Amino acid sequence: MRAQPAEYELVAPGSLPAVLALLAAAPGRWLPIAGGTDVMVQYSAGKLPARKLVSIWNLPELRRIENLADEIQIGAGCTYTDLRECEVINREFGLLSAAAGWTGGIANQNRGTIGGNIVNGSPAADSLPALLVYEAELLLVSVKGERRVHYSSFHTDYRKTQLAPDELIRAICVKKRFSEYYAHARKVGARNAQAISKICLAALGRIAKGVVEDIRLAMGSVATVPLRLSATESVLKGKRIDRALLRLARAAAAAEVRPIDDIRSTARYRAGVTGNLVAEFLERLSAGGTKSE
Amino acid sequence: MTGSSQRSTECKISFNVNGHATSLQIHAMERLLDVLRHELGLTGTKEGCGEGECGSCSVLMDGLLVNSCLIPALQANGASIVTIEGLTADSSAKGLQQAFLKCGAAQCGICTPGMILAAFHLLSKKPQPSVDEIREGLAGNLCRCTGYMQIVEAVAEVARSGAAR
Repeated sequence: MRAQPAEYELVAPGSLPAVLALLAAAPGRWLPIAGGTDVMVQYSAGKLPARKLVSIWNLPELRRIENLADEIQIGAGCTYTDLRECEVINREFGLLSAAAGWTGGIANQNRGTIGGNIVNGSPAADSLPALLVYEAELLLVSVKGERRVHYSSFHTDYRKTQLAPDELIRAICVKKRFSEYYAHARKVGARNAQAISKICLAALGRIAKGVVEDIRLAMGSVATVPLRLSATESVLKGKRIDRALLRLARAAAAAEVRPIDDIRSTARYRAGVTGNLVAEFLERLSAGGTKSE
Repeated sequence: MTGSSQRSTECKISFNVNGHATSLQIHAMERLLDVLRHELGLTGTKEGCGEGECGSCSVLMDGLLVNSCLIPALQANGASIVTIEGLTADSSAKGLQQAFLKCGAAQCGICTPGMILAAFHLLSKKPQPSVDEIREGLAGNLCRCTGYMQIVEAVAEVARSGAAR
């Protein structure tokens, strides 16, 4: 059933303080809408429970990428196109630019925002595993002030987050300490653009003399939230990459994920491909991936 | 619902459409697609899926390709919109039109306005795209007739002739 526009209120206060004041005055009553690539889909299908919406599209306070000495702060309202066109992201955070290039087609990259992708909380979102391996932190803002939280604990359950009803994500912070890592991103889907992943991997690794010094693995579409494979990482750290370790890695990764059957794939396929993707990453890392791509 | 704080969901939108300053009193959550087709009679912009997957409703908003089915009218306030009708006088769009005709890149026609806009947007950013870049630039626009080969060829043809000029 198509939505009736007359039944929905939409306001655009135009500045971050004005939006936060509105949220604080009636917590939980207003649904923020940025580029609309998720909210408008629900709306058009007549499935949007919210009736009052507040536009945060193109708020200048949310549309900046700040390049600080030790980290970059990506405004939550930056679009995927903004990320793809940002030199420091392309240079130091290749997993993020790769994922931004997979997210929808060009039209949706021009509108979809990184903050919207996080709050929407789909376990299948392509950019979220990258944020996990880079150990991103989020700056959450409300009229009461700002707090900084680890992204790794932000998603509490399927499409549930730590965000309070009067808060917005202001920025996503990533430390500039991964330039010596080999970076690898892989999406498995029906096609690259406009297809939600059956499964996706973001990985960082560093080896010395064939031994895994450090490894970071995160996957999408394998659990109720984007998942860091911490147990698999522990199994692999400090070990020499050989055929036995590849077997071990496959088994550990397949055992760590909690995939489901849905319209895009099956749990069995996803667990199998999880193992394959982790093994593929280790092979590449071993074949000379001593530095980021 | 108390009723006492009931507010009108209508608002005044002022924007530029195909070079003409336009003001309308409409619902803020009206989709830009419906505003263009029903309020302004610009029916060249098509509705396919209505959920941002197919690209039939592509328009340029402040020079960027967007799906107009996903834009609430209020977010277009102050923007400059170009629809397929707005490209009729543009010489590079004319070149695309001729190349689509020559290569057989249009069949039923529903995807064609969106394809032309996506190609126009791509060429405005990258005048000489590779075949891979053409495929990426058009990946958000679905066509159920041609199988895409002729469309990619048409855009490549324009890129080549632009290079020869």
